[in-house]
Amino acid sequence: MNMLWLQSAGCGGCTMSLLCAEGPNVFELLADAGIETLWHPSLSVETGGEVRRILAAVEAGEIPLDVLCVEGSVVTGPRGTGRYHMLAGTGRPMLDWIGALAPLARDVVAVGSCAAFGGITSAGGNPAGAIGLAYDGKLPGGALPGDFRARSGRPVINIAGCPTHPDWITETLLLLADDRLGAEDLDPLGRPRFFADHLVHHGCTKNEFYEYKASARELSEIGCMMEHLGCVGTQAHGDCNIRPWNGSGSCTRGNYPCINCTAPEFEEPRHPFTETPTIAGIPVGLPSDMPKAWFMALASLSKAATPRRIDTNAHSDRIRIPPGGDTRK
Amino acid sequence: MSERQLLVGPFNRVEGDLEIQLDIRDGHVAAARANSPLFRGFEMMLQGKDPRDALTITPRICGICSVSQSAAAAFALADAGGVQMPPQGARAAAILHAVENLADHVTHFNLFFMPDFARPAYAGRAWHAAAVERFTAQQGSAVRRAAEARAQLFHIAGTLGGKWPHTLAIQPGGVTRAPDARDRIRILSVLRGHRRYLEEVLLGGAPEAFAALDDIASLESWEAGDAGLFLRIAADLGLAQAGRGPGRYLSAGAYPLAEGRALAAGVWEDGALSPFDPAQIAEDLSHAWMLGETAHPQAGRTEPDEDMRETAYSWCKAPRLGGRTVEVGALARQIVDGHPLARALAAEGGVRARIAGRLLEIARTQILLEELARDLDPDARFMDPAPTLREGTGTGLLEAARGALGHWLRVENGRIASYQIIAPTTWNFSPRDAAGTPGPVEAALVGAPVGAEEDTPLSVQHIVRSFDPCMVCTVH
Repeated sequence: MNMLWLQSAGCGGCTMSLLCAEGPNVFELLADAGIETLWHPSLSVETGGEVRRILAAVEAGEIPLDVLCVEGSVVTGPRGTGRYHMLAGTGRPMLDWIGALAPLARDVVAVGSCAAFGGITSAGGNPAGAIGLAYDGKLPGGALPGDFRARSGRPVINIAGCPTHPDWITETLLLLADDRLGAEDLDPLGRPRFFADHLVHHGCTKNEFYEYKASARELSEIGCMMEHLGCVGTQAHGDCNIRPWNGSGSCTRGNYPCINCTAPEFEEPRHPFTETPTIAGIPVGLPSDMPKAWFMALASLSKAATPRRIDTNAHSDRIRIPPGGDTRK
Repeated sequence: MSERQLLVGPFNRVEGDLEIQLDIRDGHVAAARANSPLFRGFEMMLQGKDPRDALTITPRICGICSVSQSAAAAFALADAGGVQMPPQGARAAAILHAVENLADHVTHFNLFFMPDFARPAYAGRAWHAAAVERFTAQQGSAVRRAAEARAQLFHIAGTLGGKWPHTLAIQPGGVTRAPDARDRIRILSVLRGHRRYLEEVLLGGAPEAFAALDDIASLESWEAGDAGLFLRIAADLGLAQAGRGPGRYLSAGAYPLAEGRALAAGVWEDGALSPFDPAQIAEDLSHAWMLGETAHPQAGRTEPDEDMRETAYSWCKAPRLGGRTVEVGALARQIVDGHPLARALAAEGGVRARIAGRLLEIARTQILLEELARDLDPDARFMDPAPTLREGTGTGLLEAARGALGHWLRVENGRIASYQIIAPTTWNFSPRDAAGTPGPVEAALVGAPVGAEEDTPLSVQHIVRSFDPCMVCTVH
């Protein structure tokens, strides 16, 4: 299976994250699965004219393309021309290149939330007119039509995330190389279900604090960050706390909130990222499939039952009282 | 006399997209224009946002120097709010940042810069077989070993910062996660593993031994490891003479700690050090597709020229210090900090000097990280609360892997009223200014030899990559 990787309007962080793949390293992981890189902007030797010749051969159908990976949003500005990103040396907007190459690919993979939905590049009024491959935020239809299907018949595969976990990329590619990723393996937003069927809340090390609504009031306190600090891990799709990042990390383990970076329009939460909006003291955005009245009833009960250990620790920057270290209620 | 023009792009193994336009005369580059062809508009996105949101948004400017952007935002907010990190918080932030810088240098050497020497064009050179075995893109033994060493090193970022890139752990008041004794000992273990990689592979000797090199002769006698291989290649290809920069070096100073910056700030020119005065910075827009006048970043604005006027050729503004170009990066940082080898390389100022400066910094950063981690105090406070910022102006200046990075912000009524950023590659890859003075890389390319058959000259590739450009930061 060959793969052509283009970096469109993004930060390159998904490639940088991909390079953090371990056991084995990313090069062996892909090569062992028979995945051949036609070209990758950070990893391949070819540059300049050599790249233009590869792109021309793919466009002319001389090189059949298996997988087109696009990293970064696609910018449409100024005024719909796409000239905010002309692919260097080609005199053509990236918008145009993607429109030309995507229909030739057996599968099209959007690497990261920018390529999937527009992502952070479309924040704050979207000065560059950034959109995703098959989505403009939550709306179907981006640089490609909303009903776009690659040669395989599959829609754009959206490996969302800002950045993506290295395993989300490698495992998607490995599944494609093994022909084991069907349309039914993607969620309604085109995200591979092997990571998108989990919530960031699953495996979160703050779950005991969550159970008692023992909430951190400011960053550095180790309590649950849902009530005050903007954490939306209970709604965010991703297995970040099941298989950690960079060894043993995750956002919540780093003690800062999950900002739902695998979701369309995460970049505009309509409140500061690290602050939970409330209406009459009730956090807006409770777990999506839980009745509000139940949540409120359970929350007030559990708050009242909070052991002193949990309450104290929630408002500390480290564990002050260990389990069994304090028996008073 | 023969004349022709070349358009070089897509220019890969740099971070982001880059296009270089070359005028070739008699087999040499007569003039070069560097185009940063991507505009995203981060400074515009930040307008009107809650100041704290800069900590989430600005790291996403760049996937390779994300912690640098994050730290610059935190320092700018801290400056505006009159906040200081507690000493151990600053130390933990410095560890996170130094890990990124060290990893970036390792990535650059192995994945971005060295693979060009494995090209068939160099077949027959005494070192070529070794370069092929070590540095063939994606396959070379050094390339793969470096990917593993880098991934391991980033475990420190996982421990202290949750993840890399795009951590939110660095805040104006410190770091969100207080490392415990177990974290500290793990960080030291990871660093010992990275030291082994440097000793066995990249440097082929102790970082202390490499950091003790103090002149060009001692550098040239270093034969071990891939560093030695590079030095042999550099000698054979004359890379010391290739791609000389402006000879003016700027460092904003790296890793602010309670006891001061671990690496000094300053400007080096003609063998003399002078203080760095950020007030002397102005961004010229004459050849950028940007509207407005030349301005200091505190007064600057970002308004793209949607018509992309003919007289401009890049989205990159042209920052100047006292009206003049400066080179930034690991070499500049080590020169300004006063390392004798770097000072000796300052006059040479070409491809070899930049790579050697980076190798030197790899050695010194490994040692620095070990000191920083050893003195982590798990009993200390790592973060103090920062009051809500309603009004203020602030500057965050630091050293990213590729050189000086600055964030300038103004907050009014609790909202960001202005946010301006000058990234390292904005300095190095700036276009011409109103006086017609080319940016550092544009000037460095003049004179580079170009073969009659070449459409993507190798000499140009070595020079451009020696700067380790990060194009996504450049325009942001």
